[in-house]
Amino acid sequence: MEDVIVVIGGGPAGMEAALSLAGRGHKVYIVEKTNALGGHLARWDRLFPQQDPAQDILNDMLNGIKNADDKIEVICNAQVQSVKKRMRGLEVMLSNQKMIQADAVLVCCGFELFRAERKEEYGYGIYDNVLTSADLEERFRQKKVLCADGRVPEKVAFVHCVGSRDEKVDHTYCSKVCCVTAVKQASEIKELYPQTEVFNLYMDLRMFDRYFEQMYHKAQSHYGVHFVRGRLSEVSETADGRLQIKTEDTLLGRPMKLTVDMLVLMVGMQACAQTEELSEKLDLKVSSSDHFFETKDLFLKGNYAHTKGIFLAGACTGPKSLPDTLQDARSAAESIHRYLTA
Amino acid sequence: MKLEGKKLIWKDYQKEIPDDKYFYVRSCIRQNFFPSSEYHFLKIMREDLGKDVYETEHHTTCGGIGYHCDVIQLDTIMSIVARQFALMTEAGYKNYAVSCITSFGLYTEIIHTWQTFPEILEKTRRQLKEATGREFEIPEHVAHASDIIFKLRHEIAAKAKYKLINQKTGKPLKVVEHIGCHYAKMFPHKGVGGAEYPYVLAGMVEAWGGEVVDYPERRHCCGFGFRQYFVKSNRGYSLSNTHKKFESMEPFKPDMIITNCPGCPYFLDRWQYVIAESEGKTYGENGHGIPVFTYEEVAGLVMGYDPWDLGLQVHQIAVEPLLDKMGIPYAPEAKYKGLDGKDLGKPEFPQNICCC
Repeated sequence: MEDVIVVIGGGPAGMEAALSLAGRGHKVYIVEKTNALGGHLARWDRLFPQQDPAQDILNDMLNGIKNADDKIEVICNAQVQSVKKRMRGLEVMLSNQKMIQADAVLVCCGFELFRAERKEEYGYGIYDNVLTSADLEERFRQKKVLCADGRVPEKVAFVHCVGSRDEKVDHTYCSKVCCVTAVKQASEIKELYPQTEVFNLYMDLRMFDRYFEQMYHKAQSHYGVHFVRGRLSEVSETADGRLQIKTEDTLLGRPMKLTVDMLVLMVGMQACAQTEELSEKLDLKVSSSDHFFETKDLFLKGNYAHTKGIFLAGACTGPKSLPDTLQDARSAAESIHRYLTA
Repeated sequence: MKLEGKKLIWKDYQKEIPDDKYFYVRSCIRQNFFPSSEYHFLKIMREDLGKDVYETEHHTTCGGIGYHCDVIQLDTIMSIVARQFALMTEAGYKNYAVSCITSFGLYTEIIHTWQTFPEILEKTRRQLKEATGREFEIPEHVAHASDIIFKLRHEIAAKAKYKLINQKTGKPLKVVEHIGCHYAKMFPHKGVGGAEYPYVLAGMVEAWGGEVVDYPERRHCCGFGFRQYFVKSNRGYSLSNTHKKFESMEPFKPDMIITNCPGCPYFLDRWQYVIAESEGKTYGENGHGIPVFTYEEVAGLVMGYDPWDLGLQVHQIAVEPLLDKMGIPYAPEAKYKGLDGKDLGKPEFPQNICCC
């Protein structure tokens, strides 16, 4: 009899883990709350560090799931209602009243983007030309990044660490991917509009992974992107609809005022709204410091929840890049396989 | 600019403001700067709106200016504030209405300190008892007087004789709202609308027919900034601040400025004269400045009070262009006459800014 695994969440982690588990002969149900698989990846244009089209990566995974025959069953527009321990395994009840007898549950509910409106001083949702990194990615997909009045922006500024490393919003952690995403997006703006001046306002540049440092250097030497170390204090709109921003160049030790046509807020990751609810239903531990799920340990049990038969993967256990998320998903599949075959 | 975005933020910064039964405390300096504002707050509240507002001559300075100039310790200030609250307690009131923005910020800060550190509250109670024999209760509500006018803005609008509308064009007047720094920048949840996009004056402007101007240096200090002005050698900073604000609002062509702080209307008003006389630059129409008002003065104008009874003749920047736009009648010859009709004498007129 084949083992059954319920994967909660149909983003990259859930899809990749399902493919790995199906490849090992297990039956997988992916429970996705929206009407389609893909998560944040479905809304992205190109991926760092080598500008791969996000849609290609997503299509590869979707095709894999399609070709998995009956080994992977996708249940969209559904959420987990309850999980009960049984003599063998777990009884998972879904919101559509479908009941699944599972041998293991893998939680891959992912992350949410920080709500930029919370940084009131940056004017997101108020000033027309203040965007988030996700909004900009949507415009890249349309191959057009224009101001609200249809002009090509002459000056664009990126603000790093919006909702990350910020005690004021209770997010003291680093979201890991925003620095390199800002470098990627700044370079893409220059590719699209070489005459546009681009500024990156950063706190630290955390170019920690392979190829990141090269991207950062290329952004400066090839594209001429300006990097200014300093956080933004406030944003206002001028009479002609441009944005006046105030910051400090902490390397020069001087305040700085800049008028730009477009401001991009690099929104960080935060635990998704489901985290609290799932922690109660599945008896999972949530970190009091960053509000993501806690794993059993950070080394050998990095995909194990504290509850038997429940596993965790992807950005629901903290911010991760897409390559790290996919690795984590495969690692979780391996852990589940070992658990089921032990 | 999307107003909806601001409205979402305003929802997060609602505050409970009682609409009646207040113990009112005046500002140290407003009666000199804008002599009729507090008088008309009381008159509108008591006579026009029928509210119970009590004040006593035993009230003193709160010590806020000394505190923010670093010349009085917080411990001493707490005893002064405790005494004010004792006066309220003895008068039988629980709602505290504050005329001054700095006092409002200070009361908010001290109450927060007492709530966070109960041992400090006990120490203050002991000190007050030993020094004066008085006891006090912490107010149930502390409202800035502009909070109260905000709360009653629709009642005022219902009684309005004039609106913030240009009578010739029929368009809303463009109004710069300037909020005192100590209103919400320290405790955003104690101010209507928060610190970034305060709604307290914007709500009045909307209710009375005007349109708020959101200009880049809106959040910037008026130029009072205590250490900038009280330290004489720093006064250049004070003027620079005000100059920066006017340069920033100029492209929006505002018709008027409304404020809720003792210092802000004074500095925005007087420094326009200094800028005009030293640089030859004026920011209003036809060589005038941009008229600056307290919210009580604007409420008074809307309700039909005589401009000279409201004390508008002591403004440096002539208010007549605004009165003409609103269609408010006034007697030019009565501008410099006292309440008893006695001639107060005309001030010397400046060279570069039109004053009538």
